[in-house]
Amino acid sequence: MVGVAVIALLVYLAARQLSAKGQFDADLYRPFLEEPQIYERLAEGLRNTLKAAAFGLALALPLGVVLAFGRLSRRWFIRIPSVGIIEFFRATPLLLLILFFFLSFPIVFSTRLEPLTALVLGLTLYNGAVIAEIIRAGIQSLPTGQSEAALAVGLTRGQAQRLVLLPQAVRIMLPSLVSQLVVLLKDTSLGFIVGFEELLRIGGQLVEVLRNPVQTYVLVALVYIVINISLGRLASWIESRQRRTYGAAVPVQTVESGMGQAGGGP
Amino acid sequence: MDAVLDNRDVFVDGFMTTITLTLLAAMGALVLGTLIAAMRVSPAPPLRWVATGYVEVVRNTPLTVVFFLSVFGLPKVGVGTTFFRFSLIALTVYTASFVAEAVRSGVNSVASGQAEASRSIGMTFVKTLRLVVLPQAFRNIIPPLASVFIALLKNTSIASAFAVTEATQTMQGLINTNGQAVIWILSATALGYVALALTAGLLFSRLERTLTVSR
Repeated sequence: MVGVAVIALLVYLAARQLSAKGQFDADLYRPFLEEPQIYERLAEGLRNTLKAAAFGLALALPLGVVLAFGRLSRRWFIRIPSVGIIEFFRATPLLLLILFFFLSFPIVFSTRLEPLTALVLGLTLYNGAVIAEIIRAGIQSLPTGQSEAALAVGLTRGQAQRLVLLPQAVRIMLPSLVSQLVVLLKDTSLGFIVGFEELLRIGGQLVEVLRNPVQTYVLVALVYIVINISLGRLASWIESRQRRTYGAAVPVQTVESGMGQAGGGP
Repeated sequence: MDAVLDNRDVFVDGFMTTITLTLLAAMGALVLGTLIAAMRVSPAPPLRWVATGYVEVVRNTPLTVVFFLSVFGLPKVGVGTTFFRFSLIALTVYTASFVAEAVRSGVNSVASGQAEASRSIGMTFVKTLRLVVLPQAFRNIIPPLASVFIALLKNTSIASAFAVTEATQTMQGLINTNGQAVIWILSATALGYVALALTAGLLFSRLERTLTVSR
């Protein structure tokens, strides 16, 4: 009960500080009621955010599949580079990848790169590497009988991977893939650094006029939170449905590997 | 290549700031995250609500938005400090939500008989958690904590957008003055991060080997 009292005290102190600094003044909130353009701008930002996420996902998925099979390849000259690429892009900050394209392109090719392109390239490489690991975990969790049976009926290794292993791996790893989408969506906000007009940057532009950073950024955060919580719920729903369908056959440990998959990684 | 070698000291300074930021935020997040995890398993419903709300909200907010709220929001409520500390606050608050999830899964992995036994010999909830459950929980969650802290290391790069001269900001400064060597400078910085991440990974797997009890 001491804990409850401490939390109550903290909430009270925070609220008192907010009100002492005039953060509850109606003037800071009135624009949200009286200026519909605010929502038009935010909707535009959200569209760009979703656009970047959609491009990133559409390119990262095939890259992830290729890298996953590369890492599982029998040939060392395919396997080793794949491992190197995956580990390198997983260990490099995404911001650095985005800056890499944004800063080096004008100097090397003497023409400017669209901020969206730099952002999408960075998102693709990073998420491609992460998705490769997710798919690899999915393929490795399949019973070996699957590939043995496919080879026994005369499919080539490539056919077996494409027609038998990949579809099952993607299904099993669907919850993890949806969770990765949360990470992808959150990471699009890095676009503000290269001047891409996504949700957060539009929020920043609004703050310059409205002068209410606390209120506007909380509103922006709420948009992300609503979308991401929905995606997280979707991932848990798929997961619970799969557990019902497959029963104990699903490698629950693999699906839930890492912590808090449902909310996406850090 | 020369641009990298000539600026060794600048690179080292940048990465030292990155390491400092990572270590301080990791310590802060470990303390705050453990507190929140404790609240999430506490018998008092209001504490559980607050902790669940914190984790759900912060985990689903982009770190950049947390940074914006820290850097531009806190001064509005009378907190004035350096950009380094604002960044530290943002990284700590954000990472704590992931640490809390890891610790909670660790607490859930401890057999419930452990907590029941300690309650039955008269230990309070706090004592049970501190002396019996958490020591066992932490041994089980070294791998997820490792990935949280390696993500934190990479996330410190966002502080470069808020005037903290860590490795990424250092890199941008060097590119501005040595444009032609852009590829070398970028590669050297990326390799620096990869080396740090690999080192952290090795340290954590050693820690795991030392701490894990085989049953």
